Amino acid sequence: MEQNVALLLVISPFLGFLFNVFFGKNLSKNVSGFIGTTTVIISFIASIYFFLNINNTKHATEIQLLDWIQVSNFKVSFGFLLDQLSILWLLFVTGIGSLIHLYSISYMHDDENLHKFFAYLNLFVFFMITLVVGSNLLVMFIGWEGVGLCSYLLIGFWHQNQEYNDAAKKAFIMNRIGDLGLLIGLFIIASLFNTLDYGLIKNELLAGDFNTHSLWLIVATSCLFIGACGKSAQIPLYTWLPDAMAGPTPVSALIHAATMVTAGIFMITRLNFLFELTPQVLNIIAIIGAVTALAAASIGLVQNDIKKVLAYSTVSQLGLMFLAIGLGAYNIAVFHVITHAFFKACLFLGSGSVIHAMGGEQDMRKMGNLRKSMPITFITMLVATLAISGIPPFAGFFSKDEILITAFHHNIPLFVIASLASIMTAFYMFRLMYLTFYKDFRGTEHQKNHLHESPTLITFPLIVLGILSLIGGLISLPGNSWLNDYLAPIFTKSVIEEHHFGTTEYILMTVAVVGGLIGIIMAYSKYIKQSYVPLPDEQISGFAKVLYNKFYVDEFYMAIIVKPINQLSRFFRNKIETAISSLVSGLGTITKSLGTAGQEVQNGSVGLYLFSFVIGVVGILIYLFLAQ
Amino acid sequence: MNVTSLLLLLLIGTIVTFLSGDKLAARVALFFSLAAFGLTLLLTNTFLNSSNVGFTQLWIENPTVYLAFKADGLALAMVLLTTSLTTVILFSSFENQYKNAKSFYALVLFMSFAMAGTFLAADGLLYYIFWELALIPIYFIALVWGNDDADARRKAVVKFFIYTLSGSLFMLIGFGYLYQKAGSFQLETLYNLKLTSQEQLWIFLGFFMAYAIKIPLIPFHTWQASVYQKAPAVGTMLLSGIMLKMGLYSIIRWQLPIAPITAKANLILLTSVGVAGVIYGSILALRQKNLKKLLAYSSLAHVGLIAAGIYTLKIDGLSGAVSQMIAHGFVIVGLFFVAEIIERRYNTQTISEMGGIRVQAPKFTSFFLILVLASVALPGTFNFVGEFTVLYSLAQVNILVAVLGGTTIIFGAYYMLKMFQNVMLGETNKTIFKDISTSETISLLVIVGFLLFFGLYPKPIVDLVYPSLVEIIKFINK
Repeated sequence: MEQNVALLLVISPFLGFLFNVFFGKNLSKNVSGFIGTTTVIISFIASIYFFLNINNTKHATEIQLLDWIQVSNFKVSFGFLLDQLSILWLLFVTGIGSLIHLYSISYMHDDENLHKFFAYLNLFVFFMITLVVGSNLLVMFIGWEGVGLCSYLLIGFWHQNQEYNDAAKKAFIMNRIGDLGLLIGLFIIASLFNTLDYGLIKNELLAGDFNTHSLWLIVATSCLFIGACGKSAQIPLYTWLPDAMAGPTPVSALIHAATMVTAGIFMITRLNFLFELTPQVLNIIAIIGAVTALAAASIGLVQNDIKKVLAYSTVSQLGLMFLAIGLGAYNIAVFHVITHAFFKACLFLGSGSVIHAMGGEQDMRKMGNLRKSMPITFITMLVATLAISGIPPFAGFFSKDEILITAFHHNIPLFVIASLASIMTAFYMFRLMYLTFYKDFRGTEHQKNHLHESPTLITFPLIVLGILSLIGGLISLPGNSWLNDYLAPIFTKSVIEEHHFGTTEYILMTVAVVGGLIGIIMAYSKYIKQSYVPLPDEQISGFAKVLYNKFYVDEFYMAIIVKPINQLSRFFRNKIETAISSLVSGLGTITKSLGTAGQEVQNGSVGLYLFSFVIGVVGILIYLFLAQ
Repeated sequence: MNVTSLLLLLLIGTIVTFLSGDKLAARVALFFSLAAFGLTLLLTNTFLNSSNVGFTQLWIENPTVYLAFKADGLALAMVLLTTSLTTVILFSSFENQYKNAKSFYALVLFMSFAMAGTFLAADGLLYYIFWELALIPIYFIALVWGNDDADARRKAVVKFFIYTLSGSLFMLIGFGYLYQKAGSFQLETLYNLKLTSQEQLWIFLGFFMAYAIKIPLIPFHTWQASVYQKAPAVGTMLLSGIMLKMGLYSIIRWQLPIAPITAKANLILLTSVGVAGVIYGSILALRQKNLKKLLAYSSLAHVGLIAAGIYTLKIDGLSGAVSQMIAHGFVIVGLFFVAEIIERRYNTQTISEMGGIRVQAPKFTSFFLILVLASVALPGTFNFVGEFTVLYSLAQVNILVAVLGGTTIIFGAYYMLKMFQNVMLGETNKTIFKDISTSETISLLVIVGFLLFFGLYPKPIVDLVYPSLVEIIKFINK
């Protein structure tokens, strides 16, 4: 039974992919969308089945299928591991996935390649499930690369536009830089443990005869973290994510906010027993996470493209999750992954609804006053905004607060950085809300006349996600955390520190809320009180310009990596290749005399030459064959 | 039944094709190639049921030369690669019209014969004869049926011919020396020959000249790009898909077991030469304007990694390298066929003259994309199995070499996706691009199907090859 349900869980979206690839073109758009959505819902139901199952039995389900790759000291099979961690991930991947598929039926309705869109989206869900349920690192790697491929396909979905194609290519290549790190980490783990299977590695560590002070372990976890940096868009590999907004908005919501970009968090949490052994690496993770959170939030302060704001916000929130991981609070990171999936998916889908109503416009400077014409979009986005800003009792408050409290107990500077990032978050999110939904409409007359609330297929997912953004915090209330109990079997040590909820915690909580409120008030006074509208691009100056241009990191990478490589390519072609060629030709004078025989060949008739030769050999072979 | 029947079949096929006349030649050649593939499968099956399908018989008494063919799993895998790819290549050429078709197709079959012979031969001199024989048909195919202006072509092809021929002469000298010592060219005898490390060094170098040029490894590669570009599609596919594997295979079969001391002493140097090819080829591929040349440089990068895998002298490196050889054979044939399909429609190899094809040819796009992904070794393709195993083995040898070799996954993605974007994406091209025909679809389907199937289930191929590699490793470590 379990095995069949597990297979169904994994295969269902893949069947949806195949169906839309082969038959989608000839079917009506609604059928394409329906099939695409249903296959994901089936996976969602199967996930619920496993969730209920594990709540009863408390036992993980492990399934081994075919053998895949075998090398001298270990073997890899296609195996699934359905334990608390993977089931939790499955629930929100397939749950939010279903909602976003539903949303896409309406959102992408006018696109002539809708069936392809659903095919890619299904394929993505398939690979994401593979990534999550794999019972060893290499099956996870299939999913890891697969979601990267789907990300590539979907960012460049409108492939007539070369800018979008550039963004897609950039995402893939930057991810591959991380992937090399991941692969090397994987190699080291395989050498150390003679397996890539999570369970077996864990057992070897628990057995205690493993040298846990090996320097190689540090190299391994560092390499794995490089992989996580690529996929989860952390410094220095984050610049692909904002560009990835070129993809259709449902893609941004599903892949580039709620699910794929959390793969790095998932992988490290999955391997928490390894990372625990290398506190040095955890420290680095915490620092990179905090710095990324701050840097991305500061860039988000001045962006005018509604999706870019959300993209930098995602990078920043992922930074907070890595901070939590670096502090050893995996459970809190997971908690934030989930609440973030709710409110960020809601925000992206909301922004899609806005873009839809604005006829494709993404620049907030040309929006305004939309709350009147789009009340549902407005209210759900407001809920999600309150959640991300850390205002109680919304979901983000609980998860973010726990990160801040943990940081406070471990490292004050990191706490300060994270708090600053949180204040900025509240500011830029309310800036987004005010510019989009308040004051006067700044678009064209034509747009104004066409403003409308989106259809039910779009508003329904928004409402569901809005509700989840409101109540999502319930899964881990301070002092009474369902999530922590649920996840406990995943962690080898008791990494879950039950904070004694004392005065310090209440003070910190108040500080966090006040910080959020300060951000909101600053945004209010600037964009509502002073009716400020951001300047046109060419008038932006000073530090704002540096922020607006994202600290010029892209330009920096261009100058120190891309350009030199291209120059090297030219140098190889013009200088080295020519040099070798002339050297060979020089030797050719000697060579020629040796090869005179060869040269004469070209004067003969092809057929005759061949024929006479072949006859000779045939004769010999026939003779031998008969003589045998 | 043994492997001589296969060689015989290919030879008879060559003659019959030549006699069948221009009209029928293509179909006759395809028939024989398919039959040869079927026969190879049969032979492999017999072999797997633990019967010997090899063959040994005295051929010439003085000097002692045997008609000896060793058909172990490794050799059979390579012959399977040869006959299956020859079939695909022949079929893919059906929509082309060649003048003097009977000679053309006879040459293709003859080349298949010579390459199969090279993989099977277990006597040094016999092997050398097959090795050189394989050069002749490709020389004519590229020279007579190639593209670009005749003078430039002649120059490139003659350079290639003389270059590889003279490289091989060093190997012949090596064999001459070995014969002096052993009194025989036979593989087993040479494997068991005791050579000083000084002798091994010279033998190793002699063989290295032949193989490094054929594969090619940098800096012996300068013939490659222009020949690949100027040869007709069929020739380029034969060269890149099968013939260059002769060099890689020969390292495993001849060079390492005969001169292991040198290989072991220079392990880091040799793997580094391979890895240098990865980086050098990749960087050159980045800015190539000609599609076939770009693919040639990508091939240079890939075979560099394969060679590095072989020179790890470890079972994983060898096994991964053989998987990579097979996977690369299929993917590069597929990619050159893609270039050919575009050339059939747009009559160009220049990337900047392409673009905006995707909308017009969705089927073609899908196949092309899968080939691109296989080329960058996405998990799920057979290429991943090989590349993963090779890189893993390199990591065991030296982590830095593995990291440098591993840059192939970044560079590969860079130049392949850039190429794909420039060739296929962007605003719809004004020149009509007809989506692929049924016969083009079949060729691509076979290639892509192969890569995906064995990507998920590589066991049959790995299991076939593994025991023979274990044997060879024993001689390397003797």
